[in-house]
Amino acid sequence: MDFATALQILDSTVRLSTPLLLACLAGLFSERSGIFDIGLEGKMLMAAFFSAAVAFVSGSVWLGMLAGIAASMALSALHGLASITFRGNQLISGVAINFLAAGLTVLIAQDWFSQGGRTPSLIGGARFEPITLPLADTLAGVPILGPIYAELISGHTLPVYFAFACVPATWWILFRTRFGLRLRAVGENPAAVDTAGISVIGLRYAAVAICGLLCGIAGAYLATALQAGFIKDMTAGRGYIALAALIFAKWRPWYALMSCLLFGFLQAIALRYQNIELGPITLPVQFMDALPYILTVVILAGFVGRAIPPRAGGEPYMKER
Amino acid sequence: MDRMPPWADALLVPLISLILAAILSALVIIGIGEDPIAAVTLMVKGALGSTYGWGYTLYYATNFIFTGLAVAVAFHARMFNIGGEGQAMLGGLGVALVCLYLPLPHWTVALLVATLGAAAFGAAWALIPAYLQARRGSHIVITTIMFNFIAAALLNYVLVNLLRPAGAMDPASARFPEATHLPTFQAMFSTPDAPLFRGAPANVTFFLAVLACLAVWLLIWRTRLGYEIRAFGHSEPAAKYAGISPVRITILAMLISGGLAGLMALNTTMGEAERLVLNSVEGAGFIGIAVALMGRSHPLGVLMAAVLFGFLYQGGAELALWTNIPRELIVVIQALVILFTGALDNMVRMPLERLFLARRGKGATK
Repeated sequence: MDFATALQILDSTVRLSTPLLLACLAGLFSERSGIFDIGLEGKMLMAAFFSAAVAFVSGSVWLGMLAGIAASMALSALHGLASITFRGNQLISGVAINFLAAGLTVLIAQDWFSQGGRTPSLIGGARFEPITLPLADTLAGVPILGPIYAELISGHTLPVYFAFACVPATWWILFRTRFGLRLRAVGENPAAVDTAGISVIGLRYAAVAICGLLCGIAGAYLATALQAGFIKDMTAGRGYIALAALIFAKWRPWYALMSCLLFGFLQAIALRYQNIELGPITLPVQFMDALPYILTVVILAGFVGRAIPPRAGGEPYMKER
Repeated sequence: MDRMPPWADALLVPLISLILAAILSALVIIGIGEDPIAAVTLMVKGALGSTYGWGYTLYYATNFIFTGLAVAVAFHARMFNIGGEGQAMLGGLGVALVCLYLPLPHWTVALLVATLGAAAFGAAWALIPAYLQARRGSHIVITTIMFNFIAAALLNYVLVNLLRPAGAMDPASARFPEATHLPTFQAMFSTPDAPLFRGAPANVTFFLAVLACLAVWLLIWRTRLGYEIRAFGHSEPAAKYAGISPVRITILAMLISGGLAGLMALNTTMGEAERLVLNSVEGAGFIGIAVALMGRSHPLGVLMAAVLFGFLYQGGAELALWTNIPRELIVVIQALVILFTGALDNMVRMPLERLFLARRGKGATK
């Protein structure tokens, strides 16, 4: 593999990691507050559709993104209503949200655009354009570092840079602010937070709302930056890979970056090569597809570094009477 | 006691949840500019108006009975087996291997052996998540989700690289031999002058599914293991104190659950396609969740909910054929049923409970 190919694969890794990273950080906020969320997939899908639809109609990618975020947050509100207010089963609620999104997006797309459950292709201002960082063209001639800067670091769309900036921001919010401390506490021991006079319900709704916001951006990125328009089931299991990445990262922001880059890299490899020949063994493409899930199961099994979820995760909080 | 009467708990709460889901579904249909009454009429006519329609409805229902029972058994042990999809895929592999490579003289023998194959493969796919939950404390929901994806990749690999006949393009196995073909309803019930169920895929597996309902009922409420599963589901510490091994119950309940999900493949693979195709499960594993929730994890409830979903599936196909409403409407309805009967259960239950208690309070003071 030569340098140019490696650079192309890494470049595609960055682009494919972005939605995973956004969704993974979304799940991180939610699960750190004690609300399990297997509805990341559905929220991204809903956001992808509404951002593409509104961007197409209005011609503005920003309006599209707002619509996507609103749609994703509406599903978050539903998840909050079911799992926080009515203390329902968070996992079942997540499953319902995934199906709701899978069905509604196609249903509405068919009604609005009559193109078999997709939106028309987005052009011009309805998409995020790649950003060329300063001096990228001038420095491209510098050996090795030049192409890395010009092709790998420069030339991505705005949500890509936003997603990577979210990693330190998430770390800072969770571990250096009062809100973050409380958020983590409510995921470990909600009774203690309640005793301190802080609203468990309020904190959890805030976490779920942040989750909706980030999933919304992830979905908008899929439909208006990575691809040009919405197609049926376009998230293609990314919500679940993000969930896997979250466990792989043991619910920590920097590890989340690493695991999302790893899983994005696996996707980039699987996209480029059908089968990988390693001397006598040939790895089939299906193995690459399954690898993120296999790695997650191995991590969950606790044979390689144990992943311990937030202690109060999945448990509805009941105030003592 | 501050409880509502059992009949309200078992019937009224699910009924109200169902009505809420139906109202919202109707609103969705109105939202996309169609007439809900006309849609329902068309669905009823298409799914229940002929033996052909019934043949499809019961064919789909057969799938949902198996996957619904699978989820229900796990629910009794307070586990959420979301991996029915993957377990059913592997069940299909079991059926295909048995049908393709064993010399089976007659369909009765073939059905018996394929049942074992499907159950064994489905159960095996549930074993690793069950073991990890029981021994290593890995959350069963996450591991079974992961196993769905791994199953899809595995099946893809096996079909493309191993089972695909030479020269064939689509990822599917060869046709099963003639002797393994199961009798359809058409073959069983038609007479020369009155053809019934013509061309519909419903087959003898339906009766196996009904038997499975009975078997699960016997298992859960009439055997020692069933008692232990329920005890474990109600309270793990209490079950432990009573000498019930959590590891044993977790693994056994998941094996039974996975086996039941695997049995679904008999219907799709052996009964309908007569070869193993890539997407034979088509989301039935997930519909099992809705079916189990609606049926309150009781085999009779599962049976009724499965027939209802069979009706929705066949009716939805008719809608997609004759109107502009896509099949995805069924996915939305399914989501609403899961939402209202599963996640938002307390939204219906709490006001009802209050209502009953208020009425009882009044009766007591009089």
